[in-house]
Amino acid sequence: MDNQYKRTCLYGEHLALGAKMSPFAGFDMPIQYSSITEEHNAVRNRAGIFDVSHMGEIFINGPQAEQFVNHIFTNDVRLMEPGQILYGMMLYPDGGTVDDLLVYKEYADDAFLLVVNAANIDKDYEWMLRNAEGYEVGILNDSDNWGQVAVQGPASEAVVSKVLGMDLSQLVFYHFTDFSLYGKRAIVSRTGYTGEDGFEIYATPEAIVDLWKTFLAAGVVPCGLGCRDTLRFEAGLPLYGDELSADISPVMAGFSMFCKFDKDEFIGKDALVAQKAGGVQRKLVGIEIADRAIPRAGYPVELPDGTEVGVVTTGYHSISLDKSICFALVDSAYAPLGTPLNIRIRHKVFPGEVVKKRFYQTNYKK
Amino acid sequence: MSKILEELLYSESHEWVKVDGNIAIIGVSDFAQEEMGDITYVDVPSEGDSVAKGEDFGALESVKASSELYAPVSGEVVAVNEELEDKPELINEDPYGAWIIKVNMSDTSELDSLLSAAAYAEVAK
Repeated sequence: MDNQYKRTCLYGEHLALGAKMSPFAGFDMPIQYSSITEEHNAVRNRAGIFDVSHMGEIFINGPQAEQFVNHIFTNDVRLMEPGQILYGMMLYPDGGTVDDLLVYKEYADDAFLLVVNAANIDKDYEWMLRNAEGYEVGILNDSDNWGQVAVQGPASEAVVSKVLGMDLSQLVFYHFTDFSLYGKRAIVSRTGYTGEDGFEIYATPEAIVDLWKTFLAAGVVPCGLGCRDTLRFEAGLPLYGDELSADISPVMAGFSMFCKFDKDEFIGKDALVAQKAGGVQRKLVGIEIADRAIPRAGYPVELPDGTEVGVVTTGYHSISLDKSICFALVDSAYAPLGTPLNIRIRHKVFPGEVVKKRFYQTNYKK
Repeated sequence: MSKILEELLYSESHEWVKVDGNIAIIGVSDFAQEEMGDITYVDVPSEGDSVAKGEDFGALESVKASSELYAPVSGEVVAVNEELEDKPELINEDPYGAWIIKVNMSDTSELDSLLSAAAYAEVAK
């Protein structure tokens, strides 16, 4: 692989395991180690570990950190307890999505950690700097100094507790705790991107390499980005670039619940209010087809009479549900559940209908 | 190293052809199935459809990707391997046994442009 792609701290481990590597978000990342199906099932049934060191960590602090984060973030951080995490988006003034992210409210005063998508780190950092004018805050993009692994699946509480030597049974969903590894700060949060119970651990790159090896020795299955996508998709979770983008607002994607309209303001609020009041042209839906053929991103969505009314954003033959399902952006008139919509797959048309986007019953420990 | 059978002809798009008189039996190479990973669905034409050399006649689907199948010869589809409908994984397990379609060739001279096993070995690496 050329030097044009960045490598995470676990790159050597991936090669040693014989992973199939591929570029993702500017990084040379593992797509699979054994098979996507086996790794997917390991997470659903036991525990799997993902290298997510490519994700970005941006630290915000200062007397006006709370006001600043609330200005750029759709969710409301004012009532957060230290150790709590919220999901939400950063928006452009027109309501398009800059990124979707997690906000960690630090135990220290006036401090937040923002965890952003790898592909958007530079764009997000510049967006924050540009919108920080007039706010007394410091903004630090510390992404290169952190590694990260996600341990996901029903067995993760037991194995993460054992490996870290901490009792994590009391750590509540969307909360985190600080600890230390080799004298440096580390973080463990009960979060993930799979629809299962699980944890994400942040630490120095050196500590992450050791943790990776320890989890593998404990029987946790290494999992690549291939099954990360099949898992998040089944759980109804969006991927920036597919289901959220500069052209797709949270209202269009059906994630208004992460936008707090009772806040005085946040960037993009006026546009979202208008979208809620006046309706949006396109909405994100789930579609299930009655065949094993697979609706892939970019395939057209049609009415039974052949009129094109949308496009598939992500689709699979679901591993956990054994159904061919997809997310699609369609004209709002055809978004109600039960609407018959066809998908054109190569030369054939497959009948389907609009179904709930959360295809898989998630198993979070709340 | 993927397996290449000496007695077959190959296309640069990784289909193999076994010639039986005027009938071309068509499948995909060991290299192709290895590249695809677990195959979950095989999209095939119907008996009686015509296929044209170089044009797609169906596709293989893995979890992650779909890969189109290109006809190595022109003609009429006279048989489709229906076993693959329920067991697409046969292509992973035995790529040279799991044929996909049989074509009654309209122009057997098209076979001349296909690759020998030795020439295909240069492509499949």
